Amino acid sequence: MSESVKAKKKSPSAESTPGNTAEGKLQQAKSEAALPALGVMGMLRWAWTQLTSMRTALFLLLLLAVGAVPGSLFPQRPANPSLVTQRISENPTMGQILDALQMYDVYSSAWFSAIYILLFISLIGCVTPRAIAHYKAMKSQPPRTPKRLSRLPEYGTLALPADAGIPASRAINDAAGLLKKRGYRVEVRDVDGALPSLGAERGFLKEVGNLVFHTSLIGVLVSVAIGGLFGYSGQRILVEGDTFVNTLVGYDQFTPGTNFQSSALQPYSVQLDKFEAKFDRESPGKAGQPIDYTAEVTTKETPDAPAKKETLKVNDPVSLGGTSLYLTGNGYAPIVTVRDGEGNVSFQGPVTAKVQGDNYYSSVVIKVPDAKPEQLGFVGFFLPTAFVSEDGISFSGAPELINPQLSLNSFYGDLGLDKGVPQNVFELDVKDLKQLNGRDLAAGGITLTPGATVNLPEGKGSITFDGVKKYIGMDIHHNPGQLYALIFGFLAVAGLVMSLYINRRRVWVRTGTHADGRTMVEYGLLARGEDHRLAGEAAALREIFAREWNIPETQDTATTTAGSSSTSKDQ
Amino acid sequence: MPVINETLGQYSELFMLLAAGTYTVAFIAFAWDLAKSSKTFQAVDLKAAAITAGEKVTVAAGRVGGGLGGPDAGGPAGRAERPTSGLTVEGGTAAGDMKYAGERRAPARVAVALTVLGVLIHGAGVVTRAFGAGRVPWGNMYEFLTTGAFVAVAVFLIVLIRRDLRFLGTFVIGLAIIMLVAASVAFWTPVGHLVPALQSYWLIIHVSIAVLSSALFTLTFAMSVLQLIQSRRQKNLAAGRADKLAFMRLVPNALSLENLAYRINAIAFIGWTFTLMFGAIWAEKAWGRFWGWDPKEVWTFVIWVVYAGYLHARATRGWTGTRAAWLSIIGYACVILNFTLVNTMLNGLHSYSGL
Repeated sequence: MSESVKAKKKSPSAESTPGNTAEGKLQQAKSEAALPALGVMGMLRWAWTQLTSMRTALFLLLLLAVGAVPGSLFPQRPANPSLVTQRISENPTMGQILDALQMYDVYSSAWFSAIYILLFISLIGCVTPRAIAHYKAMKSQPPRTPKRLSRLPEYGTLALPADAGIPASRAINDAAGLLKKRGYRVEVRDVDGALPSLGAERGFLKEVGNLVFHTSLIGVLVSVAIGGLFGYSGQRILVEGDTFVNTLVGYDQFTPGTNFQSSALQPYSVQLDKFEAKFDRESPGKAGQPIDYTAEVTTKETPDAPAKKETLKVNDPVSLGGTSLYLTGNGYAPIVTVRDGEGNVSFQGPVTAKVQGDNYYSSVVIKVPDAKPEQLGFVGFFLPTAFVSEDGISFSGAPELINPQLSLNSFYGDLGLDKGVPQNVFELDVKDLKQLNGRDLAAGGITLTPGATVNLPEGKGSITFDGVKKYIGMDIHHNPGQLYALIFGFLAVAGLVMSLYINRRRVWVRTGTHADGRTMVEYGLLARGEDHRLAGEAAALREIFAREWNIPETQDTATTTAGSSSTSKDQ
Repeated sequence: MPVINETLGQYSELFMLLAAGTYTVAFIAFAWDLAKSSKTFQAVDLKAAAITAGEKVTVAAGRVGGGLGGPDAGGPAGRAERPTSGLTVEGGTAAGDMKYAGERRAPARVAVALTVLGVLIHGAGVVTRAFGAGRVPWGNMYEFLTTGAFVAVAVFLIVLIRRDLRFLGTFVIGLAIIMLVAASVAFWTPVGHLVPALQSYWLIIHVSIAVLSSALFTLTFAMSVLQLIQSRRQKNLAAGRADKLAFMRLVPNALSLENLAYRINAIAFIGWTFTLMFGAIWAEKAWGRFWGWDPKEVWTFVIWVVYAGYLHARATRGWTGTRAAWLSIIGYACVILNFTLVNTMLNGLHSYSGL
């Protein structure tokens, strides 16, 4: 899909191409209007020709660029489903229109898919015939020698003095040898005729590179599809001391590929031993910015395998059982003990606090369905370094645990967990609950520092803040296509470089004997596609010919270019 | 963790300021060169017209054409026009080969000398910043802009060694000044550590290639804009209308600009392909997936597609010339958008890289 058309277009001004003139447009419109009379097969052929034409490919390519843009302007479901829901509920009319247009699922939308599928069909339709044509070209001999070499873009002549004793036939064979050494494929014609000539060609790898580039793009697309079919990904929050086992129930969230089977999960395990976060304490204006996250984990390939200590860091995933584990988040998990109205411990352990704002200002939800006689629920905030502003608003002053504090409201009643409806662990629906503690109530809110216990009003129980652990958010990914995508990516670059920097050139040389006995040599060069170094090649050829036949540089019968000495010309 | 050296950081900012100042003087010199040259040429024209009334006028064209004669003399009959070697010199443009011509342009020499001085000071600023932070100097938008401007000017000067692209001076130096000012005013960030997500050797590879490609795109953007202006002007001149943009005489003809822009864009496109691929490899390392349509990824892809379209347009009939130039300009607009709007307005995984 690149230069074949270029060869035809050699008029220096693009404006003079027929498609641009009013008359040309009219003719084009007329011929297009007349086409539907071709019948079904004709129509199909016409459609195919249109689809695989360079203009259509270019149009689809630019359309792809335009089509990708909305995905960066609107939140996307695969990346941020909650934000999409929020946007739609904020502005239902507009949200629904946008949703109907698949603006929240741009990259899996019908229209975006249509663009890239058409583009790739167009690409295949373009690459296949070109590959066949190029295969044939590589097997065939250079084209016949043109009658008038002087019409070629680069042209020059040399004259060998009669006393040099180099006849036309020997000269052409010498030239053939020199061109072969320079990497040309050479065919000598009419060696014993009056005007022996040769045709030579080089740079077949240019088109090979071009084809490799485009084919590799198809390869990348297929690799992505393989990843989507057979891959899977999931998330898991792991508190210090907890263990994740790679089974479906082990995940907090799991996204299977279209063809995923749960038997594909290898039951390895990962235990989080320790998590450490370091924060900047020396750069001005950047205090509290994280500078290092390190998670120490113990892994086992299978339940019976020996345990292995590993370090999990951002940018440094752990590979295990065909998957990779990534450190994608972290936070604090305050440990609490809840005693119910009967005095029994009904909940004990770490509660993952969801980071909401600066310096790990996090929300906390505790659900205690085992509390008796009434189920208990707590909602509030955790602050690693609690401060109270002048307006009485609590905030976290630092990311480290300097003054940890838990502020909670408490509720009792039916938490609704027994109805079988899945609930978000980070949210508590207080609609059907009765509030026990709160800033507006007589009992006030619960404020806890480590070690402290607060009794709930009405003898409903108590809550103790035992301490704080850290947790990490871990992403687990398996993508069988990504290695292939990488390989095809590098192949594409190799092909691209080849197609841009190898020059396909043809050279013809003709020799003959002048009436005065001199042997005359003329040569012409033609480039296929963009080749700004053709003049340089012509000069180089002239030089090696001259050296071979001992012709002084000054003896030049017909200068090719205004300055044939210059090695790089622009046009 | 490397130790942050604030003193070096402050020296760096001083160097940036001095560099911006030097560039400003260089910019004025480049602009003066354009203005003066257009006047000189007009004077030459007037003189030539006065002297050679009735005779053949070749002086002006020959002079501007930088020693290029008319059609090749002495060639065999039946010789066609040679697109690869014959330069289509239309009156009133500089030589298409962009070689240094004999004539001296004092303001341009001053401008280049000042640019060299500026780039040395600028380089000192970039290096002190790097040592101050103990890492590569492209970890946030301030550093990306200051380093990017340095690379753009350095690339421009390197190309100047072989080609007379001094006509691009006002453009390139102007953009460099804008970048330095934007960095200091809008994106100023003191020296500091990198957040964990940026602590990777891929930062060195991925971003350096992105900076270099962007610098090359900056050059071709300038060329494509000039190409459009020159192409219009050439049409006007061909139609016999008055030359309203005399300073454009210093600029080569539209076709030569297009060809050189294409060659530079081809290099930059390979660079951008690597930017995209290495970005994908890094994304896999950091986030677990090599592609996730994050806003930054989307725009990097859009830029790649637009420049791919540009390369294809050059091989499509009816799409060369002006249309290709527009694609190059749109591509650069996307590069700018990708840096400014996408980093600051659109919420994505790359958001940390700024501010």
